[in-house]
Amino acid sequence: MELGVIFAGFGGQGILLAGKVLARAGMDRGLEVTWLPSYGPEMRGGTANCTVVLADEPIGSPIVDAPQALVAMNLPSLDRFEGRVAKDGLIVYNSSLIPRALKRSDVRGIPVPANDIARQLGSPRTINMVALGALLRALGAVPLEAAEEAMAHELRARGRERLIEVNQRALARGFSEAGKYLGDR
Amino acid sequence: MTRMLLRGNEAIAEAAIRSGLKCYFCYPITPQGELVEYMARELPKRGGVFLQAESEVAAINMVYGAAAAGVRTMTSSSSPGISLKQEGISYLAGARLPAVIVNMMRGGPGLGNIAPAQGDYFQATKGGGHGDYHLIVLAPSTVPEAAQLVMLAFELSDRYRVPAMILADGMLGQMMEPVELPPPVDPKGIPQRPWAVTGAKGRPPNVILSFDLEPQRLKEMNLVLQETYREIERNEVRWEEMATDDAQILIVAYGTMGRIAKTVVRRARKEGIRAGLLRPITLWPFPYEPIRRLSERVPTVLTVELSAGQMWEDVRLAVEGRAKTPFYGELGGVVPTPKEILSEVKRHATG
Repeated sequence: MELGVIFAGFGGQGILLAGKVLARAGMDRGLEVTWLPSYGPEMRGGTANCTVVLADEPIGSPIVDAPQALVAMNLPSLDRFEGRVAKDGLIVYNSSLIPRALKRSDVRGIPVPANDIARQLGSPRTINMVALGALLRALGAVPLEAAEEAMAHELRARGRERLIEVNQRALARGFSEAGKYLGDR
Repeated sequence: MTRMLLRGNEAIAEAAIRSGLKCYFCYPITPQGELVEYMARELPKRGGVFLQAESEVAAINMVYGAAAAGVRTMTSSSSPGISLKQEGISYLAGARLPAVIVNMMRGGPGLGNIAPAQGDYFQATKGGGHGDYHLIVLAPSTVPEAAQLVMLAFELSDRYRVPAMILADGMLGQMMEPVELPPPVDPKGIPQRPWAVTGAKGRPPNVILSFDLEPQRLKEMNLVLQETYREIERNEVRWEEMATDDAQILIVAYGTMGRIAKTVVRRARKEGIRAGLLRPITLWPFPYEPIRRLSERVPTVLTVELSAGQMWEDVRLAVEGRAKTPFYGELGGVVPTPKEILSEVKRHATG
């Protein structure tokens, strides 16, 4: 098993953290993982992104040309990466900010109104965890509980313990949101 | 041992601290900023000195001083910063001082950019400063290997009294991977330095210089260096091979390109192309012999680098015309995907 996931969005949408939580959750469940951020000028070009690889054997390339999954938090990110997703892959996209449907018909699309859900939760910045929750449900490779622990670890490391609870709810909401679309094509 | 999720830069810093690093001197530069940050946070808590110097030149000369005083010492930077350190590195080599220098390469020449590149191979392996010297050059391809090679760099540098360089790139510095680190080395296990300037009470003074106006004596000093380099060439060549037994096309790649090439080899094999990989771990001393041996039966040896073909020259010296030696490289911080390298492999495997 080797899964490549690209997370992409505006700087400030918590893209790098969402990827890190997935990587840590995978590591905690005994998988090999790599987390590769975009950095520097690329981040100023409208999209920040990171690539996470999860595998049950040593990982060669941390660069993925055809990811099994894409999490697109805004339109420029979807425009940029939609074409690269592997056939029969998965695209979780933030339907609060992305006003169009997918162009691809050979992938599973999961629209998640991440901004709306995060606003309902009272914490607009949890959009990344809403999207991650949806991804986890559709991907199936890493359990939700592992991501909850990894998220708590990351927030504790940043001295943000008080945000753990709301981010937990965000993960759970995203997870259940994705349930609506599974099995659909 | 617990697995920690660390960036390459952080793993290198942590491994250096566990190697008994006492003095770290730096001047910050992207893409190795996290290494500096980690050192600033951790080293003082763990019995070492962190000092941000006023320039790269100052930092490398502080390394010279700390090494002369007999402690494990290190500096780190990225390409343009490493260029500034070259004079000091040549002095370290001339004075036979052990030290570790980390270069997280970025796009060049000049100020270049901050994206991953491998354009400093010549500078690192052929002696980037003046005079007849070499560094021991280690090229990690994963975050765990970066940690491991930092510990090895301190060990080899001490054993041979030759400065060692970790040559990696911005991608390895920035990416995260699980790492298991060994416990800190026992300070008693770090080799004694009877030559160090530690205060001459009760013994004749030690003098550390890279300077001798008398040509015959400077020649003798150079011969000692050359004998040391030959010994390192005999003992310390390291490399990794993957699927070379029946390979029809051999990729030679190091560092992050070496790991990307592993994915390429797996995919090529799935498509029926018998590809193999030789990944140099020591860039100096270079694994000429294993490449020579493979070139006797592999018709094509493809070098892949993030440069215009620097290691390629060493590969061709090893192959000596026994096989075709095509080259594929990207420049300026552009990193090829596995797919792009695979198409090069296909082109040369059939051609």
